[in-house]
Amino acid sequence: MIKLKKNNLHRRKFIKGLSAVSGYAIAAPYVKTATSAGKLSLGIWSHWIPGQDDLLENILVSWGEKNGVEIKVDFITSIGNKLLLTAQAESRAKTGHDVFSMGVWMSSMFKHRLEPLDDVVEDIITKHGPLLDSAKYYTYLDGHWRASPAPTGSFYDSMVSRYDLFKKHAGIDLQKIFPASKNRDTKLVNDWNWDAFLLASEKLYKAGKPFGATIGATPDSRWLGALFSSYGAELVNKNGDITVDSDEVRQVLEYMSKLTEFMPKSIYAWDDSSNNRWIISGEGSAIFNPASAWAVAKRDNPKIAKKLWHNDMPRGPKGRYRPDNSQFWGLWDFAQNKSAAKDLFRYVAERPVVDACVKGSQGYDIPLIISHFKNNKTWVEASPPDGVLYNYPMRGDEIPVAVAHPAPPEIASQITTQYVIANLIARVTAKGHSFKKAIKWAENELEGVMRG
Amino acid sequence: MKLSSFYIWLRQKPRIAFFMCLPLILMVVCLIIYPFIYSIFLSMLNKAETKFVGFGNYLFLFKRETFWLVVQQSIFFALVAVFFKALIGFIAAHSINAIPNKGQRKWRGMLLIPWVIPPALSTLGWWWLFEPTYSALNWFLKEISLPAIPWLSETFWARFSIILVNIWVGAPFFLIMYLAALKSIPADLYEAASIDGANYKQKLYYITLPMMKNIISITILFSIIVTFANFDIVRVLTRGGPIDTTHLFATYAFRVGIESGDIPLGAAVSLFMFPILGTLAFIILRSVRKRAMEV
Repeated sequence: MIKLKKNNLHRRKFIKGLSAVSGYAIAAPYVKTATSAGKLSLGIWSHWIPGQDDLLENILVSWGEKNGVEIKVDFITSIGNKLLLTAQAESRAKTGHDVFSMGVWMSSMFKHRLEPLDDVVEDIITKHGPLLDSAKYYTYLDGHWRASPAPTGSFYDSMVSRYDLFKKHAGIDLQKIFPASKNRDTKLVNDWNWDAFLLASEKLYKAGKPFGATIGATPDSRWLGALFSSYGAELVNKNGDITVDSDEVRQVLEYMSKLTEFMPKSIYAWDDSSNNRWIISGEGSAIFNPASAWAVAKRDNPKIAKKLWHNDMPRGPKGRYRPDNSQFWGLWDFAQNKSAAKDLFRYVAERPVVDACVKGSQGYDIPLIISHFKNNKTWVEASPPDGVLYNYPMRGDEIPVAVAHPAPPEIASQITTQYVIANLIARVTAKGHSFKKAIKWAENELEGVMRG
Repeated sequence: MKLSSFYIWLRQKPRIAFFMCLPLILMVVCLIIYPFIYSIFLSMLNKAETKFVGFGNYLFLFKRETFWLVVQQSIFFALVAVFFKALIGFIAAHSINAIPNKGQRKWRGMLLIPWVIPPALSTLGWWWLFEPTYSALNWFLKEISLPAIPWLSETFWARFSIILVNIWVGAPFFLIMYLAALKSIPADLYEAASIDGANYKQKLYYITLPMMKNIISITILFSIIVTFANFDIVRVLTRGGPIDTTHLFATYAFRVGIESGDIPLGAAVSLFMFPILGTLAFIILRSVRKRAMEV
């Protein structure tokens, strides 16, 4: 143990010296430590973007070759919850991969089975600067980092809008409000709020091109979490108290009662791909989604792709929030090669690796390290139309937020995975329940998710 | 000397029978008894699986509104689906039985298709028909100037859809069982009844149904168990929505246990089926045994 520490210290000193001399971020080949050897198996989330898995595998395998580590990567789809099921099986059997993808809430779900990665993440922060607050919220649990930033898979749900329809039917020029440059008009941006969005939605609905987003039991309903945050509506506060019976929650319910009037009635049964189909088919005018809808439209319906624009979420009384979906890599406490895994985590946080992944994913992947956002050309150069992805990473006053924030992560994860927010809203908007009845139901559910 | 007496002991019939059954016993122990006992154990732990809470999880479920909704839905789903599966199976079996032997095989084969296809796969086909926005059925309804139906996005229609698919998948099982039962009824009973002037209805009530009682009871029992524990149809079609109104025990247990990471509570939800199904099995099997003894 002591010997290991000595080795790490030695390596860091070496890196520091090298950085000082070259003024250059350390890229591959990563500096091999005495502990990087043997085999390392990874169970990694299989990316939606074609080719991205191959790219990542090449990065990992070449790191392994240069560092004497035999890398084996299994890409596991999240379709049908296979990733989560595999994680459940491995965590219970205490065998399987060494490194496993921890999507969004999985770090809190499996925190008792994950090796604390304080040394790794602190090294990353020291070298590259802080992570997004939302990323910290997901993985910094009980005073320990339970997982490290993954180089692929994290994304935001920005608004993906048909700028032509907004202009024609709602009189809103989204390209002017959110241009593909730093020159934003603060007044125009400030006026882009949920009330303006409601008015636009009504006009677009009347024009036969409604806005669509799920209010069902599916992860894409996380846009409702951002809506709640922008109104300051909390289901459970940061101390773990149930606070759903509030004016802010009633305000959101009131708002959603109006907005759903202008949305397709099928949204209560939408799954994660429904909104993509909605915008790609040309029927919809806006959705909340990562860059994948545009990427698929570019392939399947280029005419529509040319009319898409990624822009900021509307602002609420308490701020402008964007739904966040962060991906991490965790190290099982039963892993066989922890030291090599930790070295790999440090390596995949390097700027060149992250840039390559962002590029490979056509801009879909969002880095969790703030400094990696700067000067990334992928989002700037994406087209058509020119600048389509410029505002996909956040450029203004948006704050990335997890569903059910600011509840303690263990509680927020339960609220998210049991879709309490979507069900609460649907009870009012689809079932016609009174606010009082719906909130009472939510209180009962929240008591359930908070059990120890 | 000792070895030969052991050899003789080993060669006795009960011992041989035991050893021949051993693989099966081991399979039952490993694949049924152990998981069952382990799931009972799991259901008695707290969420972090660090503390024994006895029946705490079960008592906790009693206080949950959504859980009682799931109980009601599971019972409703099982009863309605099994009733229609039995009815359709019965009618189809009679219809096929009435066809001359030569033509029966192709009908039997065709009608068994829904039962033979893996349900997750066939349900995916149904999902395309019911798709919330681009439903093929709604396209057809639109073509004949009828309004679109919210197959999966409204509670009534979502329940209707999952029951319909369950009936479609499960009815052939009843058909094949009832057909086998019909074929085992001696033809001379019907001939004698015809000579006595019995009409179709009388033959049905006084010959067919009494002769099929046991098989009807057992198929219904078996189907209720399978339908109660159904997972794939709901998972593929609605994932328990809209607003949790199509969740069954299995899908809700999956939601709570796997998706939310509360394995003990998920185990408690799924084990909740056990006393219900156990009581039902006891009642049905007792009546089957009684009838067998009467015969």
